[in-house]
Amino acid sequence: MPKITINDMEIEVEQGTSVLQAAEQLGIEIPRFCYHDKLSVPANCRMCLVEIEGGPPKPVASCAMACGDGMIVHTDSDVVKDARKGVMEMMLINHPLDCPVCDQGGECDLQDQAVSYGFDRSRYYEDKREVEDNDYGPLIGTVMTRCIHCTRCIRFAEEIAGTPVLGQFNRGENAKVGTFVGGLIDTELSGNLIDVCPVGALTSKPYAFKARSWELTKTETIDVNDALGCNIRVDSRGREVMRILPRLNEDINEEWIDDRARFSCDGLAKGRIDRPYIRDEDSGKLREASWDEAISCISRKLRGVKGDAIAALAGDLVDVEAMVAMKDLLASLGSPNMDCRTDGSVFSAENRASYLFNSGIAGIDEADAILLVGVDPRHEATMINARIRKNWLEKGIPVSLIGEPVDLTYPYEHVGTSPKDLEMLVKQYAGKLDAKKPMMIVGANVFTRPDSLAVHALLHKACEDLGIVKDGWNGFNILHGAASRVGGLDVGFLPQNGGKDFADIIAATKEGSIEVLFLLGADEFNAHVNVGWKSFVVYQGHHGDHGAQRADVVLPSCAYTEKDGIYVNTEGRPQLARRAVSSVGEAKEDWAIIRKLSEHVGASPLPYNSQLELRSRIQKEWPIFKKMDEIIPAKWAKYSVKGKPAKDAFALPVQNYYLNNPICRASKTMEECSKAFTRQKELEDSA
Amino acid sequence: MNKFVRSFFLVEIVKGFCLTLKYMFFVPKVTINYPYEKGPISPRFRGEHALRRYPDGSERCIACKLCEAVCPALAITIEAEEQEDGSRRTTKYDIDMTKCIYCGLCQEACPVDAIVEGPNFEYATETREELYYNKEKLLDNGDRWEAQLAANIVADARYR
Repeated sequence: MPKITINDMEIEVEQGTSVLQAAEQLGIEIPRFCYHDKLSVPANCRMCLVEIEGGPPKPVASCAMACGDGMIVHTDSDVVKDARKGVMEMMLINHPLDCPVCDQGGECDLQDQAVSYGFDRSRYYEDKREVEDNDYGPLIGTVMTRCIHCTRCIRFAEEIAGTPVLGQFNRGENAKVGTFVGGLIDTELSGNLIDVCPVGALTSKPYAFKARSWELTKTETIDVNDALGCNIRVDSRGREVMRILPRLNEDINEEWIDDRARFSCDGLAKGRIDRPYIRDEDSGKLREASWDEAISCISRKLRGVKGDAIAALAGDLVDVEAMVAMKDLLASLGSPNMDCRTDGSVFSAENRASYLFNSGIAGIDEADAILLVGVDPRHEATMINARIRKNWLEKGIPVSLIGEPVDLTYPYEHVGTSPKDLEMLVKQYAGKLDAKKPMMIVGANVFTRPDSLAVHALLHKACEDLGIVKDGWNGFNILHGAASRVGGLDVGFLPQNGGKDFADIIAATKEGSIEVLFLLGADEFNAHVNVGWKSFVVYQGHHGDHGAQRADVVLPSCAYTEKDGIYVNTEGRPQLARRAVSSVGEAKEDWAIIRKLSEHVGASPLPYNSQLELRSRIQKEWPIFKKMDEIIPAKWAKYSVKGKPAKDAFALPVQNYYLNNPICRASKTMEECSKAFTRQKELEDSA
Repeated sequence: MNKFVRSFFLVEIVKGFCLTLKYMFFVPKVTINYPYEKGPISPRFRGEHALRRYPDGSERCIACKLCEAVCPALAITIEAEEQEDGSRRTTKYDIDMTKCIYCGLCQEACPVDAIVEGPNFEYATETREELYYNKEKLLDNGDRWEAQLAANIVADARYR
């Protein structure tokens, strides 16, 4: 381990650490533009120059210089300061002075470093160069004149996103970054290009000119657009969410987020339910109502209805507190009919390990072989796909797929399409698999098959035979699609002893044996078409989507940015979403609505008056919620169900990546993306 | 004794009258007939705000929000949007003149000399509401005072 001295401070670092990283460990700031922790090192901006004693007789780029034993480095000598000033002046020759109209202004690396390390005036009086802007699609706005050619975007697209569409053309004064054939940047990670760009060359199009960084209130919370619970920062001004940025969490999303998480936030302001509605019996249309009216209407309907004839379904964006409160309410009404699996999936939830992403998302980095079963990680969980690509790039691990062939960002072997192919694979490789930590990732859609329990049993057997589950390693991973799903399974928002599950409840609404149905933010199954008209439907949610269309009473609730709530991600990690803005109109938090309802309908009001009391009730019954942000590993157990899977091929969920929940469907940006990128695909396919 | 003589002959009063007569007939007059006559003011005078335009009639303000950020009284509120031609312009520019402390930091911060404090100080109103200025009012002020605002900026330019 080399020992080096930087500015008279000694540090011992790992072999291969660069001088810049060593300085960072000592808390010494070295300015940089092209260097980025997660990307390769091109050393082309020359801003991180340092002086090394006994080294070459000129400043050295510290990002690309590995530490050597006994090296003596200076980062604040006159030579270094002079060199930085020179580089800065060079960079500013062609950079326009348009900071006041630039969206990066206030959070710009170039701006900050020009103040810290540059000259205070310009000596350049000639004409500046001007560069034509690129069309990168509906998400990324470009002002290429501002580009300083750090090539971070090129490296991001190539290395992390796996879509090598960007490159640098020409050289010197004529250098220009752009796409090779003038196409859009078709990757679900494109928003991160905006974050990696150290200047204002790439900016967010939907956020263009809307706000300045210094006037935003920053709230650290989590994303609910998929089941990963990516850590995000919600930037709001007043009551409006202006933008969403990623937050560093090495265990989940590193420092990226996907476009849906980042750009769907404009949907939070549109199509909202801001007050209760009741379906008018004469006209059959929803009319505005007050809270008291709506609640008394529900309690009137519930009077004399037997517990058996009441049911509840929880949707994809519901927090754990709301589901527990609803579960308690149904218990007090004597109803066993509830389900959180509104995609129609069925699997045994008796053992926690059989529905979690057991290895953890960070576990993907350790895996040395990956088998994907009926899953499209790129569109179901983009961050997982990025992790697999990272591992493939570093170690070249083999990836195989059973199921529909999909477009991924790394090569994979397509083994087959059906459970039978999986059986063959197990027979072929049982006990012979040359991998220490093999991993299987199963899509949630696999469990929507009619023979899902038999498939689940087969998957269990495959894991045991192939060594995917063994002492010290559990590589059996289910990739859920909904943020609420694992939380719902953990608190048992499932049919209680003999109650009806999702499919039965839907069927029962048509024949009329379910008289009152509660939809807790349940929008994902086209309720307006599927729920029968014989039952009375109470919808509680935040967007006027499928559920509200069918409802007889609509109760307005808060979206994920407007409430505190616990969500459990696909790994089984409980995380806290925090309130960033105030609620819309008369909307209330989900658990509070249910608590209020319980005063009027149940045997007695639910025994908690605040969210904290509800949380302590949850923690008492389910200890996994005692520690937030931590995974309690689930124990692997034998699977009791037996059966023979059918021959049908594994299908992928039919969904549009950009429009898979009510918030996205209300978002104009997501609609534009959906149009732009679907059309791009059609053009490519026809070409 | 001395005191008695002085008070007997009303010396103080005579002195006072003399002073009055001096200012009445011999010293040049300093009072002016406001509002028909007005005293001179400095080009740096910080009066009523105005938003200026370029000579071609387009707004100068680019919605950089520096004035909003620097305002110590939080009197300025700005909202912006991308225009059809791709330029950055305000959709809302409000100044609450009842909050404003006339420090002039907004015009110091402005990179395009759009927001200025002009020479006008006669804008008293009967209601508070009339002092909540919006963009229309400020631009109107700019149009009305442009000649003098431009002259003031030129006059002060060499001290900046």
